[in-house]
Amino acid sequence: MTDEPSEFVFDAHSEALIPAIIAKYPAGKQASAVLPLLDLAQRQMKRQTDSAWVPRVAMDVIAARLSMPPIRVYEVATFYFMFNMKKIGKHHLQLCTTTPCWLRGSDDVVAACRKHTGIKGWGETSEDGMFTMTEVECVGACVNAPILQVDDDFYEDMDAEKVEMLLAALRRGEKPPVGSMAGRQTSAPEGGPTTLTGIEG
Amino acid sequence: MLNDKDRIFTNLYGVHDPMLAGARARGDWDGTAALLARGRDGLIDEVKASGLRGRGGAGFPTGMKWSFMPKQSDGRPSYLVVNADESEPGTCKDRDIIRHDPHKLIEGCLLASFAMGAGACYIYIRGEFYNEAVVLQAAIDEAYAAGLIGKNACGSGYDFELYLHRGAGAYICGEETALIESLEGKKGMPRLKPPFPAAVGLYGCPTTVNNVESIAVVPTILRRGAAWFSALGRPKNSGTKLFCISGHVNKPCNVEEEMGIPLRELLEKHAGGVRGGWDNLLAVIPGGSSVPLLPKEICDTVLMDFDSLRDVRSGLGTAAVIVMDKSTDVIKAIARLSHFYKHESCGQCTPCREGTGWMMRVMNRMVEGRASSAEIDTLEQVTRQIEGHTICALGDAAAWPIQGLIRHFRPVMEARIAAYRGQVSPKMAAE
Repeated sequence: MTDEPSEFVFDAHSEALIPAIIAKYPAGKQASAVLPLLDLAQRQMKRQTDSAWVPRVAMDVIAARLSMPPIRVYEVATFYFMFNMKKIGKHHLQLCTTTPCWLRGSDDVVAACRKHTGIKGWGETSEDGMFTMTEVECVGACVNAPILQVDDDFYEDMDAEKVEMLLAALRRGEKPPVGSMAGRQTSAPEGGPTTLTGIEG
Repeated sequence: MLNDKDRIFTNLYGVHDPMLAGARARGDWDGTAALLARGRDGLIDEVKASGLRGRGGAGFPTGMKWSFMPKQSDGRPSYLVVNADESEPGTCKDRDIIRHDPHKLIEGCLLASFAMGAGACYIYIRGEFYNEAVVLQAAIDEAYAAGLIGKNACGSGYDFELYLHRGAGAYICGEETALIESLEGKKGMPRLKPPFPAAVGLYGCPTTVNNVESIAVVPTILRRGAAWFSALGRPKNSGTKLFCISGHVNKPCNVEEEMGIPLRELLEKHAGGVRGGWDNLLAVIPGGSSVPLLPKEICDTVLMDFDSLRDVRSGLGTAAVIVMDKSTDVIKAIARLSHFYKHESCGQCTPCREGTGWMMRVMNRMVEGRASSAEIDTLEQVTRQIEGHTICALGDAAAWPIQGLIRHFRPVMEARIAAYRGQVSPKMAAE
């Protein structure tokens, strides 16, 4: 593992958040904080190295912090799909291909992502280090299918053309507005809601 | 069709302010202290009388579930855990509650926890809902700052803590005991029951796990009364429901409708109808990926509620309606779900761990037609060997879509096999 750093230390930004996280759980139940701390470590790696992943040394630091045997942290980190166990690109393209997205054309979204990044297989990173492509299972936004999740954000109602625009914007360092790329109001039917039309907010 | 005045989620689409000021304008947090003053039994009785059944898939009566919690503490604290690990393919209703009406959920957490004698509640939200978690946390912070939750919540004298906990991408954590394991910092592997969570749940303490929608409708039910809620829908299938309509409709959407609405009316009134017209309909999965699909002839007349869908050997599940028109390769649509369940099996029970992979591989061959007709029977038998033979319902959920496919579309599978045989040489076909 050439990417594995020799050490990991929570930085000031992460440290500022840790006490409040651990305080959510009863005394002695601090192991509950293992998912939040793994997430924190992955976000810190993103800040520091531009790649969101969890090196083994970070898991060891978390194990020590939460008084857990390191193996318990390793098995949790590898059980949950959102922790990247190896270095990834600057942006994580997570493509939902489960049936609701597939019915709405996720194959086209996958093909467009491949075409515009040069990535051939799942889990691979583009040569410029900008993108890693991962096939994900249902992300829970099915009425706005197909979904392309970029890092934390859902880009919805996607098609091949919108993929090209989105990737070009990301390459320019821009972050297009998240949500429906077809311009509709969240999960309302296209053209406007059939309900709640008389409700004032 | 349901009138807007009877809709609970009046900011479903996020047109209005989701935060406290907007929520108060929509009637949330109105007289909450008076609701708490009705007492634990008063709240549970009202929810029981409303006929509310759990909105997470199983449809268990919510008030009855609450009544299983201990009336007197034996020294252990009690917990409410809200299942916001929304991951059932087709389902995206809780997402809208969380990001557009978070105060309905928070107020519901307070009322439900009080009714069960729980001093703390954890909301377990799926990790992918990052932006949704940001909104919900901001709403929780607002509620604390306004004295609505925390010490002496709403001035009631009752102390209530509410915490948000993010998951990290595992469908299985939507199973209530896997969710509890995950919340304790372990792999999300379901626990053997009994003991049930109401006796031994989170940290070994009495716990009730409820779906987001089940909890978020509670404040409105208590305010408007059980009689109002139970008058909507049909007996034992009462109230309103959020439906998620995806797939081959002209206008996919989420919508709140009355329970028992005819499927056809639901699709045509709110989702712009089936792409290419009703006669272009092939099949519908009416309640999320786990429930068996229904062919068009059943869709013509079926009503959308627990008992109507059970009567046609499917289920309301999460009310996620996945529509497939006649252009769909229905074998491939179901094979993709087999891939999903194989990916999401936690690996604890042998029938599920081995069976989901086996079913996926056979289903992939069925997509090609590279199989024999007898293997359809073998596949059906294997689904029966998995169903009911695992700790949790993931094994069942993997089996049911395939059973539905074979029940309603066996001729399509046979034709695919025949077509494949026609392509290959007679010698190969004979082998």
